[in-house]
Amino acid sequence: MNWGIKTSSGIVAIVATILLAIVIIGSFERPPIESVQRGYRGTGMVENYNPRTIATLAEASKLPATLPPLPAAGPKASAIYKNVQILGGLSVGQFTRLMASITTWVAPTQGCAYCHDTKNMASDALYTKVVSRRMIQMVQHINADWKPHVAETGVTCFTCHRGQPVPSNIWFNNPGPAHAHGMASTETGMGLVAPAAGLTALPYDPYTPFLEKDAVIRVQATTALPSGNLQSIKQTEWTYALMMNFSTALGVNCTYCHNSREFGDWSQSTPQRVTAWHGIHMVRDLNNTYLNPLGKVFPANRLGPTGDAPKVACATCHQGVYKPLFGQSMIKGFPELAAAAP
Amino acid sequence: MSMLSFEQKYRVRGGTLVGGDLFDFWVGPFYVGFFGVTTLFFTVLGTALILYGAALGPTWNVWRISIAPPDISYGLGFAPLQQGGLWQVITVCAIGAFVSWALRQAEISRKLGMTYHIPFAYSVAVFAYISLVVIRPLLMGAWGYGFPYGIMSHLDWVSNTGYQYLHFHYNPAHMIAVSFFFTNCLALAMHGGLVLSAANPPKGEVMKTGEHENTFFRDTVGYSIGFLGVHRLGLFLALSAAFWSAVCIIISGPFWTRGWPEWWGWWLNLPIWK
Repeated sequence: MNWGIKTSSGIVAIVATILLAIVIIGSFERPPIESVQRGYRGTGMVENYNPRTIATLAEASKLPATLPPLPAAGPKASAIYKNVQILGGLSVGQFTRLMASITTWVAPTQGCAYCHDTKNMASDALYTKVVSRRMIQMVQHINADWKPHVAETGVTCFTCHRGQPVPSNIWFNNPGPAHAHGMASTETGMGLVAPAAGLTALPYDPYTPFLEKDAVIRVQATTALPSGNLQSIKQTEWTYALMMNFSTALGVNCTYCHNSREFGDWSQSTPQRVTAWHGIHMVRDLNNTYLNPLGKVFPANRLGPTGDAPKVACATCHQGVYKPLFGQSMIKGFPELAAAAP
Repeated sequence: MSMLSFEQKYRVRGGTLVGGDLFDFWVGPFYVGFFGVTTLFFTVLGTALILYGAALGPTWNVWRISIAPPDISYGLGFAPLQQGGLWQVITVCAIGAFVSWALRQAEISRKLGMTYHIPFAYSVAVFAYISLVVIRPLLMGAWGYGFPYGIMSHLDWVSNTGYQYLHFHYNPAHMIAVSFFFTNCLALAMHGGLVLSAANPPKGEVMKTGEHENTFFRDTVGYSIGFLGVHRLGLFLALSAAFWSAVCIIISGPFWTRGWPEWWGWWLNLPIWK
């Protein structure tokens, strides 16, 4: 009896150890790896990549075929179709080509009926059509007014949607699990697994304060000795959560923008930090000007736990890549999305 | 140099690994040996090259002098002296000097009929250095992954390399190494305190014995590791700290390219609570 218990518990322990070892060993990556040196040699300003992961991302970043461009000749869309509010200046051919392209980008399996009442294409009865119109305006706004972030590469519907009606990397205000309020509250917004912060235990909703509201991100003192910097450790943790989010969204590490010897010093940072700074302001603008107001248009099943509209962050476009779609530009084929019609 | 009366007794010939009797002599208090000569050679050459590199560099500020490794684009090949070649030669010198020193320790141990605990322990520290400038660069495919030789510059490298993995405290081997370092502090403080409390009584009092020390710990925590055991423990803790430090940087890059917090996904995804 005793012998049986000893032997069986020993066998269980050995099997459990072997299983755990397999899981842990399997959790690592392996050489060869690839790197990009982004600073003077020996400074550790390096991006590390697993080429197997890059191959998967490159596969996922293949562009859909672009329909051949059509001339501006012929009657205008506004003259032929009813209720064309923002693209009426296009020729019928151009308009139809854009609609077909949007179907490929956003609703390839659902087709036209995802946004249009097929009995009356002009109808705004489906909320998806109202949202789409606003999103086209948003794309035009990004391409025209946020060049410091998107440059000439620009964005199209496909940058976020990638063939899905709802983009993968959207976010909502996250109130966290139920917790006590008032004097009994121990809620600090952290201490749980935070998927939005790279699986750390940092604050789990870095989006709301920084990418919807404009809480102060900079927490580091600018002088060697204490001289009035009132930012707390807790505020620093929120900033770190946001930075983890950025890193994961772009598939880069901290040194992509910062030299960690002095995070806050622009003169020691990389040029990408400037692009990112504009990106932060762009995302705040999009969330407040375009996405949040759509909360009234979306049905309840499209809203977040607090009833807010879906919003964008870095990952919505970037999807794990330092430049969305590895910098492949689609906007040249769609000048109508480059700016709002005059 | 004067010599203590009994020292001559231990200055015996033989036990050398290389060179036979050629370097089997003392200079003042120091045993020379073949590896004493090679240690000196590599140390002088390496230091001279660092000074040469500093002379080529922009500053004589001792904090800011830095000998940087080659660009990653040189891969595992040789780089021109001023583009990191100097770093490569200095690295060879450093390893030559460190390994020579370990082998000199081994020769002296042999002379005295001792075991190799000292050279072995020292080799673990050398292994940690070699991990940083040889093993990890080999696994990642370029000497450029080594750290620069400079007081501030190597700290900048450590900082940036840590931030390449977002949050290095989530590195599992770093966790183990840090735990060992803290345990070293605890163990050394306990051991030092215990020995002094027994062996260093106030003037006029009698020195206490090892049994006092054992009894103190038996009374306190029910167990005493013993006077030999505590040194085994100390060596184990110290070597483990250095060993896991080496592991934590070897796995960063070759075996994990993303943020260390993300590595813990395997734990979160265990089927028992996923």
